Amino acid sequence: MLAFILRRLAQSIIVMAVVALIAFMLFRYVGDPVASLLGQDSRLEDFEELRERLGLNDPFYVQFGRFIGNALQGEFGISYRLQQPVSELIISRLPATIELAFASATIALVFGLTLGVFTALKPRSFASGVIMTLSLVGVSLPTFLIGIGLIYVFAVELQWLPSFGRGEVVDIGGWRTGLLTETGLRSLILPAITLSLFQLTLIMRLVRAEMLEVLRQDYIRFARARGLSKRAINFGHALKNTMVPVITITGLQLGSVIAFSIVTETVFQWPGVGSLFINSVQVVDVPVMAAYLMFIAFVFVVINLIVDILYFAVDPRLRVGAGRR
Amino acid sequence: MSEPIISVRNLVVEFPLRRGLFTAVDDVSFDIMPGEILGVVGESGAGKSMTGAAIIGLIEPPGHIASGEIYLKGKRIDNLPPEEMSRLRGKWIGMVFQDPLTSLNPLYTVGQQLIETIRRHLPMNEAQARQRAIDLLDEAGIPTPESRIDSYPHQFSGGMRQRVVIALALAAEPELIIADEPTSALDVSVQAQIIKVLKKLCESRGAAVMLVTHDMGVIAETATRMIVMNKGKIVETGSVGDIIKRPKEDYTIKLIEAIPSIKDETRRHEAPPTSTLLVEVKNLTRDFDLSPGFFDRLLKGAKRNVVKAVQNVSFDIRKGSTFGLVGESGSGKSTCARMLVGLIKPTSGQVLLEGQDIAAGLTQERRQKVQMIFQDPYASLNPRWRVADIIAEPMHALKLVSNRREAEDRVADLLRRVRLDPVSMRKYPHEFSGGQRQRIAIARALSSQPEFIVCDEPTSALDVSVQAQVLDLMRDLQDEFGLTYLLISHNLAVVRQMADDVGVMHSGVLVERGPVDAIFDDPQAEYTRMLLNAVPDISKVE
Repeated sequence: MLAFILRRLAQSIIVMAVVALIAFMLFRYVGDPVASLLGQDSRLEDFEELRERLGLNDPFYVQFGRFIGNALQGEFGISYRLQQPVSELIISRLPATIELAFASATIALVFGLTLGVFTALKPRSFASGVIMTLSLVGVSLPTFLIGIGLIYVFAVELQWLPSFGRGEVVDIGGWRTGLLTETGLRSLILPAITLSLFQLTLIMRLVRAEMLEVLRQDYIRFARARGLSKRAINFGHALKNTMVPVITITGLQLGSVIAFSIVTETVFQWPGVGSLFINSVQVVDVPVMAAYLMFIAFVFVVINLIVDILYFAVDPRLRVGAGRR
Repeated sequence: MSEPIISVRNLVVEFPLRRGLFTAVDDVSFDIMPGEILGVVGESGAGKSMTGAAIIGLIEPPGHIASGEIYLKGKRIDNLPPEEMSRLRGKWIGMVFQDPLTSLNPLYTVGQQLIETIRRHLPMNEAQARQRAIDLLDEAGIPTPESRIDSYPHQFSGGMRQRVVIALALAAEPELIIADEPTSALDVSVQAQIIKVLKKLCESRGAAVMLVTHDMGVIAETATRMIVMNKGKIVETGSVGDIIKRPKEDYTIKLIEAIPSIKDETRRHEAPPTSTLLVEVKNLTRDFDLSPGFFDRLLKGAKRNVVKAVQNVSFDIRKGSTFGLVGESGSGKSTCARMLVGLIKPTSGQVLLEGQDIAAGLTQERRQKVQMIFQDPYASLNPRWRVADIIAEPMHALKLVSNRREAEDRVADLLRRVRLDPVSMRKYPHEFSGGQRQRIAIARALSSQPEFIVCDEPTSALDVSVQAQVLDLMRDLQDEFGLTYLLISHNLAVVRQMADDVGVMHSGVLVERGPVDAIFDDPQAEYTRMLLNAVPDISKVE
């Protein structure tokens, strides 16, 4: 077990190093950082002096080493646009994105699993047919269209829910949460649904397909032949086996909920990391883009690690077999 | 006379298919008495498994019981509501399936699965159920059940898993056990043990057994009475001795004639008395490195683990003869075969084909001269290719033909040689039966005009009557083309019929080799003797 985690950790570090290299190249070679910092009417001597001061004349590997060193301490430089440290910017925006991602992940998991199991156990029922047809909508419609549609129905026509922003937020030890106020919660509903819809339908279809497969297995027939109750067979034997492959895909999907909340955040003007990134792209704010790249890579690496460990917990074949494979 | 445990009366099972109704079981009636083992034999598709599934109420939809009655101790059970039927399963009727590797849930320990079953049917608490589970495992012949109970299925070997499956089927002391091919996926020596366990447990508990199998040998050793089924109908019923020694119906007579026996000395083929050697295998050794990864070795001090799959094996094959290689799974016979055709390289040792080293390189000549036939005719033919393309592939790859026309003529000729209609070259593999597919595979092997064909379990996936046809074909082709075969099989009876010389492999070592009659009639090695004793054979019926 320990060896397994160490091996995965070693792989994660390699992945992060490669991403850091890409982020550094972006930082260093996309446009001229000095030109971005100084105005067009600065003197050539100022350019040279700043170049020397920022260490841009040093060899490539020295600069890269310095970049890694800074990144490890959470230093990604100063945003060109907002003139604030990038790490502070990201941290201040992070709670909004994490709350949104967490809410939509919960919706996607709970409904995706329940509906997936339901449609697998009653594959021929009318309700399953309706659910499967509707799920096509979730898979095929683009996120921004769903967002705009929801805004139109619930914010414009029915006027039940707000269409933008986070509502009131409460500051708890630096974490600005919207979960404790009524407007905050109401503001969360539409973006969370929008963001979760794709993952929900995907998880549901995956669970259904896997479970139908598992129900055809010999050990399910044998469980029936032993006279076990329907409940024990469906939710004990079948569901646990279904979860093994589902965990991987779901884990990766939840990573992309955090990473690609950009569209949803833009549609709902949600003040999260995604909208920070979009605004930075528009003005070529390279330090923010580089930091965002590192951040997303980190999220994926961590989620992958958790998925691998979960795999270990669910599947005894890995647990015991790891030593002898 | 006591009351039968189970009575089946005029059972009909139907499957509505797109092209009409398929009757899987047609008007079947029989009784099983307490303590009796009833054997049900038949070839694939005879409806024997379906009869078992009907009794326990597990027919896969859309199949259903169309008419007839099933009585369990005089009580009608075929029309019970699903919930009541599920309480009957396990408690009154237990079932053992064919493949022990897939019939246990891989994510639960065997203890969890046993306790769950026991507590479903018997009023016991967790601790009592656990004790009973340990007792059951002990009875089924699992050593140190107290520690093994918390193991997962993958930690048991195939034979041990089948014992667990039997323990599970017996967990609530059912009156009837339906065993559907309980030993077909196991090695002969394990098979013999499982049959013994099943027999002993039934005797001690007075349970009735319905033993469904295609292997007449298993029935000969186990059952008292038997039923022969064909195309959903019962062909013949009677005591095992009567049916095997004095079959009355034509179908039964043909079926029993097709079964090879290890005592049968009539040979299908006699090798020409030459002494030219075609293949020489010299001190062949192959290791597989199964060492754990770097971190495991670093942290846990795990040792390097090298499995010696084949150790120092030497034998010769005379031109035009058949060499049989027998052994149980994991004995290294398939690894040997792969080295012989050059698919994997030996760690040390040599394979010489007409004096030239095979491992030296894939020469055009060698690829042409050596071909292989695989076990599973369903998996070894590309389902998206037409038969003509499949058979012609070696010719094109080796540039033996110059144009399409010529290739087609050759394919037509080959199809005629393997007794198939040349018109069938336009068809796809799925349009053929298992036996026909194996003929196509043989035609493909012949298309490069080889001298040496390695046959890896060529008939294991086939029914006995089909097996006999394929073996006949192989012998005829050997005469026609002067072929040399290496026949790998776990079926000793088949090897006895086909081979001129035999090698017996055990854990990577060739324990014995010699002329076929000498090995079968007067085995020298302890292992060979054990293997021959373990084979369930129809010659062993009294």
